[in-house]
Amino acid sequence: MAGVGLAISVHTFPVLAQTPGQPPDTMEARIEACSPCHGKQGEGTGDVYFPRLAGKPAGYLYNQLLAFKNGRRKYPPMNYLLEYLGDPYLQDMAEYFAEQRPPLPAPAASDASKEVLLHGQALVSRGDPARQIPACGSCHGPGLTGMEPGIPGLLGLRPNYVSAQLGAWRYGTRTAKAPDCMQQVAARLTEADVTAVAAYLASRPAPIVIAPAPKGAYVLPFACGSEPD
Amino acid sequence: MLSRARILGLLFWFLASPAYAQQQNSPSDIVKRGEYLARAGDCIACHTAPEGRIFAGGRPMPTPFGTLYSSNITPDRDTGIGKWTTEDFYKAMHTGRFPDGGLMYPAMPFASYTKVTQADSAAIFAYLKSIPPVNQKNREHDLRFPYSNRQLILGWRTLFFSEGEYKPDPSKSAEWNRGAYLVEGLGHCGMCHSPINALGGTSQSDAFKGGLIPMQNWYAPSLTSNREAGLGDWSIKDITDLLKTGVSARGVVYGPMAEVVHNSLQYLTDEDTKAMAIYLKSIAEPTSRTPATSPVLPTSESSLLISLGKTVYDARCASCHGAQGEGKPPHWPPLANNQSIEMESAVNAIRMVLNGGYPPGTEGNPRPYGMPPFAGLLSDNEVAAVVSYIRTAWGNRGAPVSARDANELRSAPLN
Repeated sequence: MAGVGLAISVHTFPVLAQTPGQPPDTMEARIEACSPCHGKQGEGTGDVYFPRLAGKPAGYLYNQLLAFKNGRRKYPPMNYLLEYLGDPYLQDMAEYFAEQRPPLPAPAASDASKEVLLHGQALVSRGDPARQIPACGSCHGPGLTGMEPGIPGLLGLRPNYVSAQLGAWRYGTRTAKAPDCMQQVAARLTEADVTAVAAYLASRPAPIVIAPAPKGAYVLPFACGSEPD
Repeated sequence: MLSRARILGLLFWFLASPAYAQQQNSPSDIVKRGEYLARAGDCIACHTAPEGRIFAGGRPMPTPFGTLYSSNITPDRDTGIGKWTTEDFYKAMHTGRFPDGGLMYPAMPFASYTKVTQADSAAIFAYLKSIPPVNQKNREHDLRFPYSNRQLILGWRTLFFSEGEYKPDPSKSAEWNRGAYLVEGLGHCGMCHSPINALGGTSQSDAFKGGLIPMQNWYAPSLTSNREAGLGDWSIKDITDLLKTGVSARGVVYGPMAEVVHNSLQYLTDEDTKAMAIYLKSIAEPTSRTPATSPVLPTSESSLLISLGKTVYDARCASCHGAQGEGKPPHWPPLANNQSIEMESAVNAIRMVLNGGYPPGTEGNPRPYGMPPFAGLLSDNEVAAVVSYIRTAWGNRGAPVSARDANELRSAPLN
């Protein structure tokens, strides 16, 4: 009898889990609220100010979700959505978007001049040692796909978003855990640097491997609060 | 190998610890009870700043009269309430006065807390004395003239404040009285769910009749009218589900109420939640579900709006809320026969369409489903159309809204 009971419950459980009266028990259904701005898989949308989330390291995404929840990173529509959600749930959301692998969009045609793109390329790949600006690639990876757990990839982002974020770092409206390395770097950039970096990044084609590099794949040029040792 | 002395020591510890616990029983019990009551009073919501130390204050609280900053209620002797006595604390809760007799601004809900018993007040104080002290000076309030003059509070108190602990109603059950004590006292539900007049007060006769929350632009529905959030025709289970988990078969909490469930109500015992439900259900006045009296829009215009609304609804909303507004409760709330959609003020329905939102994460519902914000996807006209549609379809008896109503709420504050 016990065996029969067990058999029945094993068989009925999946049916119960799919009760037509209940929403699907998936992260995809739970993050519907994110999709109008970030896309169902976090691939991004037509709005140039909303970033792609897919494939960024879970640690980075979690840090951002926490920062929005606590008001450290300010964007009222995000602050409002996350204010009363538990940290473990934010971790689930971060992992969901980190695991998504929608293809990177084809680079958009840029209206930036050749000089601007060359200046951007120089800053991204070599930096400017005279002004103590490290190359973007020295932290974000030679392929610019970021590194686990806390450094985001920079590809698939529109120039408007990149400029807006670099501007926010420069003016101190976006901050991160100390030592706040991005704030130090952004403070050394001029308007023209920001425009050039944003335009060059957006012009890059997708690399073969879009996943972030594993933790510790390369040594950072300086200490960074978002990427603990 | 354990030495004999250590074994003896351990043995002594085992024998001694129950007696030790017994000795400590009453002080630690009172602290625990105080912590529970501080949850019921939702002290943390105002007295802890975002990313700030617990109960160290400093949270800005915008009011129509200027910005107030909440105070440090940690036991720090210089900047907190470390020098206060149990009597001082009761005086603050009960009369809205500082130990030196100074008047508190009524943003501190002493008009509700006055109902709290001396014993409960003492327990909360014992708990606050047990938390780590934080040395953080209170920030000066930033009120416009003439509101910066504290003497004005005297006038407010004469009009709107009556001092006195909760008096149980002997004709009602102990459970009902417990619910009333929590709702009217510590829960300070009336702070939002009663209309606030131009003087920033609520008259007794308007208690729990609902009102627009100043500065936040969310409508706190009436708890007495079944046309709003009156719970007269709700089951006790649906009420307790809503209060404890944030979701229920009838609807979910959102906006400022999500904060209340997240920080306060989810921590209450099943007994206290049920007591509140019984009381809340009882204060709903019998009201018939009559249709909206005067639609604000001409009929031809509203029928056009509603047909556009159906198009928007079918494309954007029906996949979760159902073709007939039946939803998939509790996670995807029903819109048909949902008071929150039908009530006279359409502010909340419009804001939910514009801003979306998540119900609070709670122990009973740790991974809530969220509603997308449509502010960037729908025009004012489409927002007005879809809100008009859900307020009038499937037997719902709300009135249509205009594109202007929708437009005005685009700039409502989000935090």
